[in-house]
Amino acid sequence: MEAGMVTPAPALVRFSGIQKTYDGEHLVVKNLDLEIRKGEFITLLGPSGSGKTTTLMMLAGFEVPTHGEIYLAERPIKNVPPHKRDIGMVFQNYALFPHLTIAENIAFPLSVRKTNKAEAQERVSAALRMIKMETLAHRRPGQLSGGQQQRVALARALVFNPQLVLMDEPLGALDKRLREQMQMEIKQLHETMGITVVYVTHDQSEALTMSDRIAVFNDGIVQQIDRPDALYEHPVNSFVAHFIGENNVLAGTVETVEKDYCRVALAGGGAVTARAVNVSGAGASTSLSVRPERIAIVPDGTGEGPNRLPAKVQNTIYLGDHALAVLDVAGNGEFMVKLQPGAHDGLRHDSPRHDSLRHDSLRPGENVFITFRPEDCLALDPV
Amino acid sequence: MTDALLTGANASTEVPLKRRLRRAERTRQVKALALVLPLLLFLLFTFAGPIAGMLWRAVDDREVRQVLPQTIAALANWDGRDLPDEKAFAALASDILAARATGTIAIAAKRLNYALNGFRTILTSTSRNLKAQPEPGTARETLGKINPAWRERTTWTTIKDASGPMTGFYLLAALDLTRNVDGAIVAASPDQAIYRDVFARTFLISLSVTALCLILGFPVAYLLATLPPGRSNLLMIFVLLPFWTSLLVRTCAWIVLLQSKGVVNDSLHWLGIIDEPLRLIYNRFGVCVAMTHVLLPFMILPLYSGMKAISPAYMRAAASLGAPPVTAFLRIYLPQTLPGIGAGSLLVFILALGYYITPALVGGAADQMISYFIALYTTETANWGLASALGAVLLLATVLLALVYGKLVQGQQVTGGMKN
Repeated sequence: MEAGMVTPAPALVRFSGIQKTYDGEHLVVKNLDLEIRKGEFITLLGPSGSGKTTTLMMLAGFEVPTHGEIYLAERPIKNVPPHKRDIGMVFQNYALFPHLTIAENIAFPLSVRKTNKAEAQERVSAALRMIKMETLAHRRPGQLSGGQQQRVALARALVFNPQLVLMDEPLGALDKRLREQMQMEIKQLHETMGITVVYVTHDQSEALTMSDRIAVFNDGIVQQIDRPDALYEHPVNSFVAHFIGENNVLAGTVETVEKDYCRVALAGGGAVTARAVNVSGAGASTSLSVRPERIAIVPDGTGEGPNRLPAKVQNTIYLGDHALAVLDVAGNGEFMVKLQPGAHDGLRHDSPRHDSLRHDSLRPGENVFITFRPEDCLALDPV
Repeated sequence: MTDALLTGANASTEVPLKRRLRRAERTRQVKALALVLPLLLFLLFTFAGPIAGMLWRAVDDREVRQVLPQTIAALANWDGRDLPDEKAFAALASDILAARATGTIAIAAKRLNYALNGFRTILTSTSRNLKAQPEPGTARETLGKINPAWRERTTWTTIKDASGPMTGFYLLAALDLTRNVDGAIVAASPDQAIYRDVFARTFLISLSVTALCLILGFPVAYLLATLPPGRSNLLMIFVLLPFWTSLLVRTCAWIVLLQSKGVVNDSLHWLGIIDEPLRLIYNRFGVCVAMTHVLLPFMILPLYSGMKAISPAYMRAAASLGAPPVTAFLRIYLPQTLPGIGAGSLLVFILALGYYITPALVGGAADQMISYFIALYTTETANWGLASALGAVLLLATVLLALVYGKLVQGQQVTGGMKN
């Protein structure tokens, strides 16, 4: 596969009109069209039952699409058995063969391909060096820790230079610290080896950390495919906005729409100006989405800006690097605002939050106001 | 100062702590022991005791010693080269007279007859014709006259061999060996040498049955382990159903099926496949079929439990790494079922070794296994020594097999223990 042979921005994998049902009544994957580019790290993100794992299994060849076709390097692979697809896979529980040593596990894909002994030996040693486990080559998987087993599974899936590597929630069984370390290692491997990775997870922070692009799945449909920052900043609908990152929701009705912005009357009283992302027009109900870190708390209702709402402090939560204020805003009693923890003077003055109150100056039951910019408030489809 | 205080406290509490631990543990241990005590006693009396008794009987040899005590004492220093001296003859005559009075001569006669065919006649005729204790110095002549066998060296070496209190005679006999007149271990005469054949036959039948069970049981166990729970439960009931049926009923069912006017032969005849009924029973075929049927669950269940523990992810992983299904099965699945195969095979093989009822009912004369002979000697001829010796040899073979298996499994255990 030389770069010159293929057209610009080639799709390594193409899902075309894929549908999948297990029981013949309910579609687990509905009309999936998805392109995966060569060399990219794409994450399929979604809650359990959203169809992301089924999609991965269809790509690996363990599930057959009910309808549609999957192309790998422009070759239809619907009827190609898994062992002929040349796709490496890392499983959730590693699936290291317990009766083989680490070296034998890594050598397995080479030996089934009848690679000659000397070359196989060389590649296994290189793989062991890559995961820094040369000294453990003759241990059995049962004698290794979870993180070590995960590294071996990774090496085993990469050692035969597959066109594509699939990872099915590979870090799910590890503790938080190890998971973050492994995320870095996987990302680094992806960058140095230039491999194409399809990664499945339900952990949005993992997806944001590692991916070039993220496909957000829900209810068998890809809701949005985009770069992590674009997903966060410009979610196309309520599901994506709520699934990625923290979010505050306010229900309301659209009064007027003007270009990209609309005026929304809140169900709990008051009105704000918001970016019209996914609203059908004046009179439609909508749900507004505001990120906790884009809101400032101010002591009074006077001042510039179109969005200024009265709020009542419920309580404050101290979290070290930041603090949360839980407010009651327009009927939403769990409205979160992210604050600098008390007695900190490093706020930038160009931030709308520079005049925000600190958490230690708020008292439960106190009446305050919140303010946010129209561009930080998204009017989306009603939840 | 604080350090000194701490170490001092540690040193003073160390011993009492250990003692307290032991005391706390002891209560638990006593409770645990009390719970298993009934079973322990039961096993001791019904299992360990009889086995020890059987092993003892295999070497116990006190019958002749009880009946002919003076003769045994007189022969103690005899070198066995020539006929014993006059004293021995006199002792024998005295023993025979005493035994005749107490009516115990038959006990010695039975034991000596095992070792030398016809000894019973020698002893009973001597007992009948010996009127009184011969004059000193004439015992040899008198006995020789009554039965010329007393002039044979073999007669006397037989008595000396049987002098007890322990003997290797039965164990040797169980292996088709005997001692010749000079005391050397030699092969038994061909008409008595049957047990090696019987042992070989027992092992062969057990091996065949084990192999058949493995071949038939492996796919069933695989299905059980991989089918969805609903269907696998149904299949499991079919596997267990024979378990809940009497062994005798199942064996007799095979007689109904396989006999010359049985279901199988009639069906084949009706279909026109055969003209003459096939001989399906009272031969090796019938024995293997019936035993395989009876023992199949013992193979399937250990295999199933082994396979159930193998995650389907392994086969998927193997496929994703490029292994075709057959390679994945042979290199990934099969090696992981080896402990199950070992356990099932050992179980079936050991159970088959001791099989009695089924070969007795559906086998021919040439298909009787070692248990048949053990039963024969205990119930029919009351030759407890030989029955026990045959049992001891069988037990030894079984224990050896179990040890070998234990060693193999120990080697396997390092490989297991996947974190899943």
